[in-house]
Amino acid sequence: MTTAPAPAPSTTGPALDVEGLCVDLSTASGTVRAVDGVSFSVRRGRTLALLGESGCGKSMTALSVVGLLDPAAQVTGGAVRVRGEDTLRLSPAERRKLAGPVLSIVFQDALTALNPVQPVGRQIGEPFRIHRGLSRRAAREKAIELMTRVGIPEPRQRAKSYPHQFSGGMRQRLLIAMAVALDPDVLIADEPTTALDVTVQAQIMRLLRDLQDERDMAVVLITHDLAVVAQRADDVVVMYAGTVVEKGTVREVFSAPRHPYTLGLLDSVPEDAERGQPLPAVPGSPPELSAVPSGCVFQARCPLVRERCVRERPSLRATGDGRSAACHFSEELDRD
Amino acid sequence: MSEGRIVTEETEEEVPAANGREDAPGPTPAPKSPPRWWLLLGRDRVAAAGAVVLTVVLLVALFGRLLIGDRAQRQDLDASLRAPSLSDGFYGLLGTDVLGRSVLARLIDAAGTTLSVAVPAVLCSLVIGSAIGLWAGYHGGRRESVAMRVADVILSFPSLLIAVVVLYVFSPSALNIVLILAVARIPVYLRTSRAEAAELRSRLFVDAARTFGTPSRQIIHRHILPIALPTLLTVATLDFCFVMLTESSLSFLGIGIQPPDVSWGLMVAQGRQYLQTAWWITVLPGLAIVLTTVSATVLAAWARIATDPAQRWRLTLPRKRRGASAAVPPEMIP
Amino acid sequence: MTDSRTTTGTAVPPTDAHPLLEVRGVTKGFGGGRRRLTALDGVDLRLDRGETLGLVGESGCGKSTLARVLLGLERPDAGTVRYDGVDPFALRGKELLNWRRRVQMVFQDPFASLNARMSAADLIGEPWRTHRDVVPDSKAREKRIRELLSLVGLRESDAHRYPNEFSGGQRQRIGIARALALDPDLIVCDEPVSALDLSVQAQVLNVLSELQSRLGVAYVFISHDLSVVRYISDRVTVMYLGKVIEHGGTENVFDRPQHPYTAALMSAAPVLDASRAAHDREIQLKGEIPSPFDIPSGCRFRTRCPRAEDICATAEPQVVVRESAGAGDDHTALCHFPLEARSAWA
Repeated sequence: MTTAPAPAPSTTGPALDVEGLCVDLSTASGTVRAVDGVSFSVRRGRTLALLGESGCGKSMTALSVVGLLDPAAQVTGGAVRVRGEDTLRLSPAERRKLAGPVLSIVFQDALTALNPVQPVGRQIGEPFRIHRGLSRRAAREKAIELMTRVGIPEPRQRAKSYPHQFSGGMRQRLLIAMAVALDPDVLIADEPTTALDVTVQAQIMRLLRDLQDERDMAVVLITHDLAVVAQRADDVVVMYAGTVVEKGTVREVFSAPRHPYTLGLLDSVPEDAERGQPLPAVPGSPPELSAVPSGCVFQARCPLVRERCVRERPSLRATGDGRSAACHFSEELDRD
Repeated sequence: MSEGRIVTEETEEEVPAANGREDAPGPTPAPKSPPRWWLLLGRDRVAAAGAVVLTVVLLVALFGRLLIGDRAQRQDLDASLRAPSLSDGFYGLLGTDVLGRSVLARLIDAAGTTLSVAVPAVLCSLVIGSAIGLWAGYHGGRRESVAMRVADVILSFPSLLIAVVVLYVFSPSALNIVLILAVARIPVYLRTSRAEAAELRSRLFVDAARTFGTPSRQIIHRHILPIALPTLLTVATLDFCFVMLTESSLSFLGIGIQPPDVSWGLMVAQGRQYLQTAWWITVLPGLAIVLTTVSATVLAAWARIATDPAQRWRLTLPRKRRGASAAVPPEMIP
Repeated sequence: MTDSRTTTGTAVPPTDAHPLLEVRGVTKGFGGGRRRLTALDGVDLRLDRGETLGLVGESGCGKSTLARVLLGLERPDAGTVRYDGVDPFALRGKELLNWRRRVQMVFQDPFASLNARMSAADLIGEPWRTHRDVVPDSKAREKRIRELLSLVGLRESDAHRYPNEFSGGQRQRIGIARALALDPDLIVCDEPVSALDLSVQAQVLNVLSELQSRLGVAYVFISHDLSVVRYISDRVTVMYLGKVIEHGGTENVFDRPQHPYTAALMSAAPVLDASRAAHDREIQLKGEIPSPFDIPSGCRFRTRCPRAEDICATAEPQVVVRESAGAGDDHTALCHFPLEARSAWA
């Protein structure tokens, strides 16, 4: 075990840089590729959304970044760089040093992410005890400070309570408190508000934004909700069947998508649809990971599909300044 | 690709959007017809072996006596305490006991007796206990409380002791043994089935059934029972082992099966004093008990998975990968 | 039951003064003493044939309990429920059984609502085992199953497959087919698309709309997703802690919410199009939903309401009709200071 601390944060360059990440998963039907060559980067102070439906690999990508993959899954390629180091090449001990001060994650289900038999004050104080070597009392004070910051009323008393004694929204705030405790460079939020009521969702997302601005964090937001991306993210990476199909800023990608899947998703949202008219639905469902076609991953559901798409998988090509899409025919989507 | 085209301006008149084949263009979970039972069984060698053993035991129990006639009772004091050998003919294969009776023949004879006590006892307690438990668990409330207290009362009596007392007071006939064992084991099924029913009654598909107006009896029969059954059968096979062993204990103590009838347990008891000189008289019937109970357990474990459509895929894995992989079912990939 | 159905064309407009469903003052509580939870408190509802009523509200608002009352699974403590004038809770035996055909439900969780050990055909046909007169023989049964599968966009070959072989969207279609098996007048949809992927959501919503225009079935559509509710509902009811706090035509409620809670919901819900007007007026609510065991006095929303005044704590608000509402345009809210009364809106 090394005693050297984690390297200092760089002031230039992205806080998180994922390059060509590949993850294989052992399943009943053999080994499948759950994440295939995913690359993206996030700078401090910006929010990147990993957008996609179930099975697209977004959660696996996030778990690979923080090193929490299921034993059935294995990273088989690529690099994940934080503070200049590739975390995939580090030893488990060195990786552990990064968890908290550099990288942290907020999960969807706070009830299972928190230890049900420990008071929350102790759980929130734990990162301080582990990484900064604080005493129990000092860690507790820090915990109360954090709880105040995230908006838990009467934090001193409530530090003694157990997770099940809080409401869903409060629990999510606790998770966020734990995640930002050591001022990480990168915060990954995996569907943080899916299980919450709409008004509570708004509060939580606002809290995340405030914390992000305060601490200049990079946030990776994993979600399947287009509206959340539209409102809360700066950049978006659209994933499908384990690959990235489109990347760019939210404003550009959502106003002028260059991949048929992105377009299909945007059209499926009932927001501006007229009642009585059917929604333009993308037919079919995402493919089984064991049956991903060798050409373009979206060929089975794509309205623009041609022979070339079946033959050759498109790679990410630039479609503008700082944006790219993996489609042979993205020019055809260029509307006005 | 007209069906698959993203509809923007025109709506399709002829084929309504609802009929857009959801899975026509895309690859869907491959439809496999449910595999034949015996094929599934054949893939799991251990379960298949268990099935074979049990079948043999069952056949022996049913027809064995017809085949051996009275060989089990035929004494031959010259041939007393002969070790198992290949040179004494078929009936000498497993040796003889102190009275020169063929151990093999007695084993076959005893199989019938042992099973004729264990199987009815288990069936009785399974049926009665489960029926009451499912009903009580589904309805809840007072019915549940009463049933549970009854189970508690039965459980609070030490079963073996009660068996001893009852069999001593009333004569130790096979029927009495079956009855006492059945009653003693009812709470096990009652509790298990009650727990299953209580959990299942709040499932959404049960709610759905209520919305059609399905009466409780039908709901229990159609939804609760089929799902609880594998668990109950697993409990039953474990209980079967327990009952066999209890019967053996009772016979060992002299208040179970009485001579001239013979059971495996009785054989174990009778051979006790010859353990050092003629181990085969005790060990072989003991082995028979072990083989039967282990086979039943293994087969029950297999059956539990095979009857669940969602779990069945595990049995279609090649043997090597079953243990090695983390066994992630395809639909659970995040 | 079948007289008001058309096989083609648009949804059937209400032809009779008798609404399909009328709920008045329904109250339902659970538990006793100090742990009494009032899930519903004087709820009023009205639904016409072939119409969709959206039911919106957050956790603890009582919408699930209301769904169960509408299905006859829970008996209300007070108030009346009338289907075409008939009170299902006054029926017994065969009459009650026959009534059950009129209202069915589509559940939220596509997997949990289907018994995993039954094939699609068994699942869809299950209602007929209790209502044997609907399909007289096995041939009719097969035919009807084929029809229903086709109605929801599944294949004939899907009939013999098991739930775990289907995707989430397909399972939900099976659930819808099952709900249609008895030819109901009303289907209560409890978050039917919440558990589905976005692209699949649109497909299932299309199925539901299509069925409404084809069969004239009415929906009570419960959802927390406001854009979905807006798209599919003719009228909307907003609930909070067991009370109906706003009700009216969809456009009215969404574009001109009267109750601060409704306005807060609209502004809290993330929208794709950032230029939508509602977000300029983002109303931030403080705190969280109070526990339903401990409902605030007076107006139950006052603890979070940015417009609350003293009277809100002492007196329960009365139902007010929007000032500019025309005749027949019922838009009501339960508030002392409805939004439109206070300020002049553009």
